[in-house]
Amino acid sequence: MSRRTPTGPALTRRALLQRTLLGAAALGLTGCDRLSENESVVRLLGCAETLNLRAQRLLAGRESLAVEYPASMISPVFRPNGTVDPQTALYRQLAANDFSDWRLSVGGLVQTPLELSLDTLRTMPARTQITRHDCVEGWSAIGQWTGPVLGDILEQAGVHRSARYVVFHCMDQLDGAHDYYESIDMVEAFHPQTLLAHSLNGEPLPVGNGAPLRLRVERQLGYKMAKYLKGITLVEHFDDIQGGKGGYWEDRGYTWYAGI
Amino acid sequence: MPQHASDQNSTRRLRHRLPVRAWHWINLWCLIVLLLSGLQIFNAHPALYWGSASSFDAPWLEMYAMRGADGSVHGITALGPWQFTTTGFLGYSDESVRGFPAWATLPSYQFLSMGRIWHFFFAWLFAISGALFVLYTLLTGHFRRNFWLDGRDWRGLGHDVIEHLKLRFHAHSGKYNSLQKLSYLGVVFVALPLMIVTGLCMSPTINAAAPWLLDLFGGRQSARSIHFITAFSLVLFAVVHVAMVLLSNPLRQLRAMITGRVPRSPSSSDQESSS
Repeated sequence: MSRRTPTGPALTRRALLQRTLLGAAALGLTGCDRLSENESVVRLLGCAETLNLRAQRLLAGRESLAVEYPASMISPVFRPNGTVDPQTALYRQLAANDFSDWRLSVGGLVQTPLELSLDTLRTMPARTQITRHDCVEGWSAIGQWTGPVLGDILEQAGVHRSARYVVFHCMDQLDGAHDYYESIDMVEAFHPQTLLAHSLNGEPLPVGNGAPLRLRVERQLGYKMAKYLKGITLVEHFDDIQGGKGGYWEDRGYTWYAGI
Repeated sequence: MPQHASDQNSTRRLRHRLPVRAWHWINLWCLIVLLLSGLQIFNAHPALYWGSASSFDAPWLEMYAMRGADGSVHGITALGPWQFTTTGFLGYSDESVRGFPAWATLPSYQFLSMGRIWHFFFAWLFAISGALFVLYTLLTGHFRRNFWLDGRDWRGLGHDVIEHLKLRFHAHSGKYNSLQKLSYLGVVFVALPLMIVTGLCMSPTINAAAPWLLDLFGGRQSARSIHFITAFSLVLFAVVHVAMVLLSNPLRQLRAMITGRVPRSPSSSDQESSS
């Protein structure tokens, strides 16, 4: 066996290391930016979303409840985010007469499509919960939400066996061109805390927070909780809806699973 | 048989075993990506609070921009009641309003969703490799040899502190001194796990699965603050760690952490091993 000198292989490795470090420095930020725009890199990194979903479902199960807070912890102002005053013709017109003409449609893969007025929704059995809203940006606010449990409405409509997702269609357009929309799976849709909230802190939902009706999915981040609802459809897949990624923000690069 | 003498015929002795070296370099890349993408995420809302919800008018740390009387924009960093002008670095840099500057975030421009995608991928890598490393240290005796402080280490602590203050290091001996052991113990078994746990605390689904964890850290916004503070304590550790390497025969240290071996030379082996 040839006796390896201490310097020989180490020098080669050192040279290699130096070259690697220089290369990394030269690539620098532009390299990182380019990686962030490379479709294969994004797809590879995106694998973590599947891991997040699987691991969190395993840990949290179907039924674990989001933390509910005492009334004393309600945030003085529930910060509105995203659209705060929809300017679409439909919304302006419905808002002009206090949403008395507004109807929530429930359709798609259901046995009985529904058209629910605000009065109907307000007189249905409701759940009230004080929960924390976590924005994907990092801030949190606590509010008291009241509204029918989504699962009850879905049961009333009779969900078809083939339905895998519930898609929420909204009346606002953040970019002035595309209706906001979102989707959740059946586990989250039938979660006892998933509400169609018509009230915040005991008052009808303010416009900034999604009047007349918004979704609450308490185990996920804020962008899931669609405001200004106009319709719900049950679907097998969402490939053919807008950008095909299952939501307004998802079409713009955000992960569909918003549990973390 | 001495633990480092596994390669008697070679001119070099084993300093770091493969799992230690692999973990060290995987960790380096994970922590760099996690830090840069973490700052990207932080920049989406560059303010920190204590408790469950955000008290928007009273964050304990906040970075923002303000237009001065002369029309120019200043970057401001507010820490509790104190305000500092940090134009060009925090609050306002590259002619845009942003917490940390472009060179410190991944990607460089404001792109929260991409920052999150980088962060979570490397968080998995970091958590899995970290868990395997901790298992390795516990199962192989690495923990007892390199992390655990025995009576002699505790008694030598004062001496080690003084030696370090005099910038006299014995880092290339086979054994770690008590200060090294304490800092590695703190990083591997406190700071790194704390990063993972406080990170998980920011997930609403994990909050539902383990509400007690949220109580442990005093609420979601507290967990976010602790995540941020711990990240900076790790940056501080990295700075000191690299400084130590640079101050104590850097090429030899670097080679030891890459190849695992250090030269067996008369001036370094026996005397140092006993220090």
